[in-house]
Amino acid sequence: MKVLYFAGLRTRIGRGEEDVDPPAEVHTVGELMQWLRDRGPGYAAAFAPGALVRAAVDQDYVGMDHSVSGAHEIAFFPPVTGGNG
Amino acid sequence: MIRVQRDDFDVGAELERLTAGRTDLGGLVSFIGLVRGTEDGVRAMTLEHYPGMTERALTAIAEDARSRWPGIELTIIHRFGRLERGDRIVFVAVAAAHRAEAFAASEFLVDWLKTKAPFWKLEERPEGSQWVEAQHEDEERASRW
Repeated sequence: MKVLYFAGLRTRIGRGEEDVDPPAEVHTVGELMQWLRDRGPGYAAAFAPGALVRAAVDQDYVGMDHSVSGAHEIAFFPPVTGGNG
Repeated sequence: MIRVQRDDFDVGAELERLTAGRTDLGGLVSFIGLVRGTEDGVRAMTLEHYPGMTERALTAIAEDARSRWPGIELTIIHRFGRLERGDRIVFVAVAAAHRAEAFAASEFLVDWLKTKAPFWKLEERPEGSQWVEAQHEDEERASRW
C-alpha cells in the first residue's frame, strides 16, 4: 500500500511517500502507525507517543481504529493549519 | 467554484464572476486571508497541501454550506507554495438572497477551512523554518457550527 507523509511528519521521516507491505496482523490505521514507528529514528520521532497525528484513508479523514484493508493510499499528517486571519 | 492554486487571484474579477447574470442575489460577502508578519520575524511561509484530498475536502465543505443555506453561490480559492507577508492566501465569497445567509455561510466556510482543509504552514523564521502547530481556538470556532 502507498503511505504518504505531510508537513512535520514528512520532514522527520525524510520522504513524502513510500510503498510498504505491512504484516497481516496490521489491520487498522493505528496498528500501521505503530508498525511504521519501528522503521527508524525518523519514524520513531514522527510517531512518538503523544505526537498529534491525523490520518486519511483514500483521501478521507479517518480515526485510528479505521481499517486499512483494501486501502490504496494512507496519509499521515499533523493537525491542519491552513487559511489565515 | 473551488480552486487550489499556486498563483494569486484577482479579487474584483472573482466577485464579478460569482454574481454575473444573476438578479436574485441581494448580498455578497467576501473574506480574504493574508500572510501576517509577526514581531518575532516571520517574513514568509510555505503552504504545503495534499493534492487531490484538498479539492475533495473543499468540495465537501462547500456542499455542507449549500445544504445549510440553500440557494447560495460560493467561491473558495486556496493558494499553496511560498507566500510573503501581505500576500493573499485564501479567498472565500458567498452570494445569497439576503445578507444574513451570506455572512453566516462565509464565516462557516472560513472556520471550517482552518480545521478541515489539508494545508500546513512552514514559517520562515530568523532561526530557521518551523512548522506551525494547530490552534485549539480554531477547532473551538469550527465546533460552533
